[in-house]
Amino acid sequence: MRTSRAARTTRSRRAALLVTTVLSATALLATGCSSSGSSSSSATADSNEKITLTVGDFGTFGYKEAGLFDAYTALHPNITVKENTTTQEADYWTAVQTHLAAGSGLDDVQALEVGRISLATSDALSGSFADLSKAPGVKKEDYLDWKWQQATSAGGKTVALGTDVGPMAVCYRQDLFAAAGLPSDPAAVSALWAGDWSKYVEAGKTFQAKAPKGTFFMDSATGLFNAVVSSDTQQYYKDGKLNYKDSASVKSAWDLAMAADASGSSQGLKEFDPTWQTAFSQSTFATTICPSWQQANIEKYAGPSNAGKWNVAQAPAAGNWGGSFLSVPSSGKHVAAAQDLVAWLTAPEQQAKVFQKVGNIPSNQKAYALAGVTDFKNPYIGPNAPTGQIFSTAAKAIKPAETGPKAGDLQSAFSNGILLVEQNGKAAGDAWAATVKQIDSTIQ
Amino acid sequence: MATSISARGSDPGSATPDRPDRTPPGSSPRQAWRSRLYRWDTKGSPYVFVAPFFLVFAVFGLFPLLYTGWLSFHQVSLYNVDQSTWVGLKNYTDLFTGPASHFFWNALWNTITLGILSTVPQLMIAIGLAHLLNYQLRARSFFRTALLAPYATSVAAATLVFALIFSPESGMANWFLGLFGMDPVAWEAGSWTSQFAISVIVTWRWTGYNALIYLAAMQAVPGDLYEAAALDGANRWKQFLNVTVPALRPTILFTAVVSTIGATQLFGEPFLFGGQSGHQGGTANQYETLGVFMYDQGFRNSMLGRASAIAWTMFALLLLIGLVNALIARRLRKSQ
Repeated sequence: MRTSRAARTTRSRRAALLVTTVLSATALLATGCSSSGSSSSSATADSNEKITLTVGDFGTFGYKEAGLFDAYTALHPNITVKENTTTQEADYWTAVQTHLAAGSGLDDVQALEVGRISLATSDALSGSFADLSKAPGVKKEDYLDWKWQQATSAGGKTVALGTDVGPMAVCYRQDLFAAAGLPSDPAAVSALWAGDWSKYVEAGKTFQAKAPKGTFFMDSATGLFNAVVSSDTQQYYKDGKLNYKDSASVKSAWDLAMAADASGSSQGLKEFDPTWQTAFSQSTFATTICPSWQQANIEKYAGPSNAGKWNVAQAPAAGNWGGSFLSVPSSGKHVAAAQDLVAWLTAPEQQAKVFQKVGNIPSNQKAYALAGVTDFKNPYIGPNAPTGQIFSTAAKAIKPAETGPKAGDLQSAFSNGILLVEQNGKAAGDAWAATVKQIDSTIQ
Repeated sequence: MATSISARGSDPGSATPDRPDRTPPGSSPRQAWRSRLYRWDTKGSPYVFVAPFFLVFAVFGLFPLLYTGWLSFHQVSLYNVDQSTWVGLKNYTDLFTGPASHFFWNALWNTITLGILSTVPQLMIAIGLAHLLNYQLRARSFFRTALLAPYATSVAAATLVFALIFSPESGMANWFLGLFGMDPVAWEAGSWTSQFAISVIVTWRWTGYNALIYLAAMQAVPGDLYEAAALDGANRWKQFLNVTVPALRPTILFTAVVSTIGATQLFGEPFLFGGQSGHQGGTANQYETLGVFMYDQGFRNSMLGRASAIAWTMFALLLLIGLVNALIARRLRKSQ
């Protein structure tokens, strides 16, 4: 091959150009990285500096609805609060645990669901969160004692502060109850099944015998299962060990759910799925287990045309289903400012505002004494039912249960097991065996 | 080669006395630099040009692959990836014979049945559509664009729409069956019905894509073959069977392999179709594929070691498919 000198020169020039381009691009990349790195470390120095705090949560926390973020900015003009919401808690948690594992990508404040809290307080994860018991203005005795304990690690570190709790009631359709010849007044309905969940299942049989065509007593036996387990102090854990095969509450909850399904009083829907949501608007079932946060769902899915048809009665036994916490990951840029925000958001006045707006029952006991909580009446659900009283009575009657890192997973495994009977037509024994198999396969 | 001679000759350090004419005095350092640059250019720049791909591949392809392989021999939680315990082959034995084996074999079987259910009709419909579009017809480019529209739709959007269509309560599929007096079907709960529903989604999304590939290949088939066949009295169906399909054999093999690989990695459709129980492929794991199983183990149960073992098993499976493909391709080439 022969090459002329002219061609050779342009080639070498081109090579030189290429080398310079590559070098300068690398340099740019390098400086770009280092400058962004240095700016993050020097951000917390000035307390009046304008900052944005991000709050990661799921479902309906009600802060935006109650105008609390704007109120906080009014109190602290240098702070803007931005909320990142995910609808499904499972999706939210998957993202959070990936971010925790990576040590980056977390928001300044991260909400935690009660099923995840013992994982967050475990040795594996508690190091990732700031200790909120030492944050200014936080008083341990303000919070429901068991709620505080749930978020405190064995080493005494409080990784999160409680937002709401999930005291259970039963929400019911008074028009369908009347049509099936059952009482429809909250007090009489509460008396119908007071003291024992099996009476609730019996009431279901009575309802089903005279039920309007195409209606069922309950939406799903999985709701009943969770309600029965949640009313017991012994759930999935005993003495720090996973114990579900011999748990009395799991056994009785499973049997009751099977009895309800066998009697045909359950519609067998998959809770929180679109079909479940549309069933609210089509009025195909008469009761649903109603932790305080469920009120917002009922109003959202049943829609304006069903306003005033729902009412709320006391559950057979007090129990807690759900409820959340706010934590501050210690890797954040503005840990101190985020702690102040969490302390403020979980203070009694703010929790009371959230309750009145979306129905989340406060975990801060002082909130119960405030006007507009205990005497609260929900304009959508049973306009004259003593909603605030029912939920705050249930909240104070909750006896704390031992929980553990897999509690949330077990709850969904058993819900799935009941769906195997309700939707896939399996026999009760086979469904139990499949559930145990599923759980055993994930224990190492 | 000229380059090597000139390069050696212009190097001042190794200037050999037998070639004094190549390095005239005075201009030697400058010319030496230039020719060295030139040598680097011809030898080096191809490497520089391909480097970005290999760098990106090393960071995002090779490293994760090896790291996953290393993780698959450990018990490691998603929360503390730094703290892992060496367990040897336990993750693999757990999968094949241990506590997770029921779910693993189930997922593998589902992957195969779903793969067949979606790939076979998909390719057959695609080849038929391509054959039709290969004829002169009005608004041909409109139809060709329309074919590709499902492929451009996001998995999430398509799956959510199909989940509504196959909804047991008020879905369009059950309404349609009702027109013929048939009872509503619980599409999602049944094992075969749910797999059928999912394969409809997959087929809907990918048929157009494959049809366009077939169409491109069909247009390379010489027209006189068809003319000759027509002269011999072959109708269009005979032409299709005896001219088009043989000419398309390599293309069919290609699309079959690509679709098989896609089917092995099937994740989004079953995951989203199941709603609350999508992470485990339905309440009875009736449509849990290997991809969904891996996600469930790794990100729901935070067992990264086992998830890595599943990933490597899938990788081995794909290598196997590639091998079978190579063998078939060689057979085809020999037979031609």
